[in-house]
Amino acid sequence: MKTIMEGKAFVFGNNLDTDQIYPGQYLELARTADIKEHAMEGADPGLVALFQPGDIIVGGTNFGCGSSREHAAIALKAIGAGAILAESFARIFYRNAVNLGVPVLVSPGISNLVKQDDILKINIETGEAQNLSSKKDLDVQSLSDYVLDILRRGGIKPLVKRQLREQQN
Amino acid sequence: MHAIEKILARASGQKSISTGQILNCRVDLAEVNDLYPQTIFSFQEMGGKKVHSPDKITFILDHYAPASSIQQAENQKLMREFCRDQGIDLLFDVDSGVCHQVMVDNGLVYPGMILIATDSHTTTHGAFGAFGTGVGATDLAVIMATGHLWLRVPEIIRINLSGILQTGVYAKDVILHIIGKLGADYALYKGVEFSGTTIRDWSISERMALCNMTTEMGAKAAYIQPDQVTLDFLSDKVTKEFDIVETDDDFQYAEELFFDVSPIPPQLAVPQSVDNVLPLTELIGTPVHQAYLGSCTGGRAEDIGVAARILNGKKVNPNTRLIVVPASKQVYLDSLHQGDVEKLVKAGATFVTPGCAACLGTHEGILAAGEVCIASTNRNFPGRMGHVQSSVYLGSPAAVAAAALTGKITDPSEILKLLGQEKS
Ligand code: SF4
Repeated sequence: MKTIMEGKAFVFGNNLDTDQIYPGQYLELARTADIKEHAMEGADPGLVALFQPGDIIVGGTNFGCGSSREHAAIALKAIGAGAILAESFARIFYRNAVNLGVPVLVSPGISNLVKQDDILKINIETGEAQNLSSKKDLDVQSLSDYVLDILRRGGIKPLVKRQLREQQN
Repeated sequence: MHAIEKILARASGQKSISTGQILNCRVDLAEVNDLYPQTIFSFQEMGGKKVHSPDKITFILDHYAPASSIQQAENQKLMREFCRDQGIDLLFDVDSGVCHQVMVDNGLVYPGMILIATDSHTTTHGAFGAFGTGVGATDLAVIMATGHLWLRVPEIIRINLSGILQTGVYAKDVILHIIGKLGADYALYKGVEFSGTTIRDWSISERMALCNMTTEMGAKAAYIQPDQVTLDFLSDKVTKEFDIVETDDDFQYAEELFFDVSPIPPQLAVPQSVDNVLPLTELIGTPVHQAYLGSCTGGRAEDIGVAARILNGKKVNPNTRLIVVPASKQVYLDSLHQGDVEKLVKAGATFVTPGCAACLGTHEGILAAGEVCIASTNRNFPGRMGHVQSSVYLGSPAAVAAAALTGKITDPSEILKLLGQEKS
């Protein structure tokens, strides 16, 4: 896992639901390349064209609420989101992102500390984070060991894969 | 300990557990719906060959029932083949209905179980004292591979309901009122128990609607302590033996809230969030293009029954259309036997195959730009039922039927009082 992330912030408000992150009409798509095209389409249809791998998504409270669709997390991973920071996360989205190896970090007060296009720098392991544009520190809650372990392995799939292989031997 | 904690402790083989602890829990039933072929891909990517316990896995083809595009058909085909190859017998095909109702109808849900599904409204099953929660495809694949899933022990809050509902007011109005007061993220990561004198009289249908909507306040799971109503309902459905756990008297809730339901009038969640709730009377007269009766929240036989009562011998207003989607095949049959389907068809309702239909904006009743819908469903996010410039008001099945009758938002309690009938 890459530990230090530095990228441009794309900022969203409170209760950004998974229908906006990934609209229902595209749910039948199953290939990552197809899913990627519609990332954030319900909230900001122009995002995919501007987003660079390593850029950072910033949300308000209850980010990723609504449907359990993993497409939402797959889409944000596919466009290369370096991390997602929000005041709080909806639980299924949080799990999906962690399982796919996307760092999701709770950052109280972030809505008031980051504007669109600010450059952020985050250390995933230590939780140290800064808004380089405003030179202000961001308060980021540290991840539980369990979650960090999944992220370090690049998601839960490699972890279970090893477990299954050990059982078979 | 709380009943939820006891369920989690038992499933993880621990004697005592604490809030915030992460447990590896044995799962009693894992459900996959047809939105999630990724479940199968993730399982294969993990190197899975044979699923852990084929008798504890069910596939339910509900969101695209029946398929309306080639891609949907391909996804469903993949699932049928997977079930056949893996010896998964619990495949419910496109004739069955919405997963949450189908599992209940078929006796797969019982008190004390751990039920994990690829659907956020799995909190519904708290109505039976089950621990039900939704996950994404990869989590479900982990269960298929290992039979287990990691779960964090949640804080638990209790919501006490007292008082008696007014005519034309239902569980849906009560939970909308509560979500409006508390907000869409109030119960994030938490377990929500409902108790109190009000729900003792409530049917399973009403209890399911209540627990279903806790998802819209962020809850991880809902819980109602099983009682005689629960046992009577389950008696001819569940063949498995189960035992009922109870919360210890000295358990400390993270929070305890009290609501008197007696003064609550009919409610509506106004576009575009579920916690944007107003008394229905403040919106009377708003024109409605589509009235939608269905979903795992408001598509049960009782819901169709109240609509039939309101529309019996009358006509759906020419400026609107009424879409009715029974939540399951069993619901459809019950409504047929009660004569409610005939009353509604004669009134001008369009019936759609049991399933999710337009609830998630993919087919069978989606909205054009600028259209307004009143729905007995659970979400009104931008674009949820169609075009991003359409809007959805969420209300009770009675409020949906009342709007279908007049073509605009209308107080169902007035109509029901005029009919001189007490609500059930
Ligand atoms: S009926 Fe609606 S809310 Fe219920 S499972 Fe289907 S899409 Fe989800």
